[in-house]
Amino acid sequence: MSATTTTTALPGPAKNPVVSRALGRRRHRLNRLIEALCVIATIIGILLLASILLTLIWRGAGGLSIAVFTQTTRPPGSNGGLLNAIVGTLIQTGIGTLIGTPIGLMVGTYLAEYGRNSPMANAVRFVSDVLLSAPSILIGLFIYQICVEPFGGFSGIAGCLALAVIVIPIVVRTTEDMLRLIAPSLREAAVALGAPKWKVIVLVCYRAAKDGIVTGILLAVARIAGETAPLLFTSLGNLNWSISLARPMASLPVTIYQYAGSAFDDWVQLAWVGALLITVGVLATNILARVALRGRRTS
Amino acid sequence: MQQAIAASPAVQPRHRRYDVGDAIFALLARSSGAFVLVLLGSLILSLFVGGLPAFRHFGLGFVFSTDWDPVKQIFGAAVSVYGTLITSVLALMLAVPLAFGIAFYLTELAPEWLRRPVGTSIELLAAVPSIIYGMWGFFVIVPIMSQYIQPFVIDRLDGIPVLQDLFAGPPFGTGILTASIILAVMVIPFIAATMRDVFDTVPAVFKESAYGLGCTTWEVMRSIVLPYTRASVVGGIMLGLGRALGETMAVTFVIGNTDRISSSLFGPGNTIASIVALEFPESPAGSLKLSSLLALGFILFVISFIVLAISRILLKPRLKVG
Repeated sequence: MSATTTTTALPGPAKNPVVSRALGRRRHRLNRLIEALCVIATIIGILLLASILLTLIWRGAGGLSIAVFTQTTRPPGSNGGLLNAIVGTLIQTGIGTLIGTPIGLMVGTYLAEYGRNSPMANAVRFVSDVLLSAPSILIGLFIYQICVEPFGGFSGIAGCLALAVIVIPIVVRTTEDMLRLIAPSLREAAVALGAPKWKVIVLVCYRAAKDGIVTGILLAVARIAGETAPLLFTSLGNLNWSISLARPMASLPVTIYQYAGSAFDDWVQLAWVGALLITVGVLATNILARVALRGRRTS
Repeated sequence: MQQAIAASPAVQPRHRRYDVGDAIFALLARSSGAFVLVLLGSLILSLFVGGLPAFRHFGLGFVFSTDWDPVKQIFGAAVSVYGTLITSVLALMLAVPLAFGIAFYLTELAPEWLRRPVGTSIELLAAVPSIIYGMWGFFVIVPIMSQYIQPFVIDRLDGIPVLQDLFAGPPFGTGILTASIILAVMVIPFIAATMRDVFDTVPAVFKESAYGLGCTTWEVMRSIVLPYTRASVVGGIMLGLGRALGETMAVTFVIGNTDRISSSLFGPGNTIASIVALEFPESPAGSLKLSSLLALGFILFVISFIVLAISRILLKPRLKVG
């Protein structure tokens, strides 16, 4: 659609100066109205974020104490903490990232360096994008089907696998984007020195794209740390202390889910503390990722 | 450029000793690519196979049946499919105008120094975990809905033929409309960020020529930017729809959970994702109920797959889907 064809739709110059001035006023009034509405929309957006953060601080900060970090979850009324949930989230997020990152990195490498625009690469890219936006609850059901039911029980490792599936497409996307940004002259210089392709990729391209790849991993960590739905069917949650990957494992989001819906005031309070912790963690990781990328994406 | 390097005959023979490393690395990359295909394939297959007993038992009627009776072991998908679609569509109706306003502000109106902080705040809204939206919705939005908005609307619309039914029922605060509002808040950042990136792809010359003709900002947006980016804007909206369809935790908190279709938007309902999350703990392995839940998951996957595929096709010429 070219500019010349569309501008003909605009009101043309009126012959009568009075009419044309009135028309101009009307156009500018409409413009001001819409600009004001846009400013209001943006303010609403920012107020929503502020409302969520303030609610979390207001409800959660009061419940913060040493016990939250040193005690495990306990029956209502006995001053429990969230230790097992925090540790469970750290373990599952960590292992999920460790499993998903290498796969995602290799897939991104394949797309940027090997497949490029071949039919196979396009298929992989499409599927990876579908996985990126696929409902996470379905990933939970999938891991339940292949990993929980056949092996006879919920387990921490199943939770890790579900999270790893979510990590892969995020890392794929950023890795491919970043590898494609690298100047061809850099690769040519390495090839001219006699380096084989894999050394060019590992020693030159990965290094040049490091910031971007790290950003992708951080974004993936931020995303899976707060995931609840896939863990409901895989690691299930555990109110007792357990760091065994073969048994059900607690996690902050699932504990929040269980506690927030309960009828006990101290559990609801702990749910808010957990919500505050997870949100601060996720947003801090996110901001860190953006800072890491800032030097790169100057456009 | 890459092909030129790979095909360069002068490089290959002299470094034959490295071919092993190259072959291994290439194999690793290619098999990782294939692995992603297998992953999605097995995801679809596992949901389908898991749902097969339900599909077999109820036939095609499963999709259109509104029954959900665990006692009689009769299950149907219609109520949750209806809930999924209505909440997502309502959410889009609320989110699209707001997201458009934000994108318009960020690309054309905001002063340069404000663009980054405001843009980042909107993007951070997308990073907040969905369970937090659920709690926020349940403890903040639900009371507002039940104390102010719902009684006011029910009172005002009383006696108006169609509207009074659409907004009828006791003001519990939870329900389809509340779920849609939470979903709208959750998808606004996705749609706004995509729209902003798409608007930024319009060549400055086009806009400048329109401004030169004396167009106002809104006229430039309506007559230059929107026609130029129409397909991608729809693609961004579809991306938001894809997110809304599969959202689980936030909806589960506020939708009210019932197994029948309510004619009122204030009435309770459920979505595929919320019924799966809630009923799963009471569904023993191998039961018909679990199979029905997996069949629901399969239906949800098919719906989201179609929406995401359309979104990608529309966005592809302009942007990478992010």
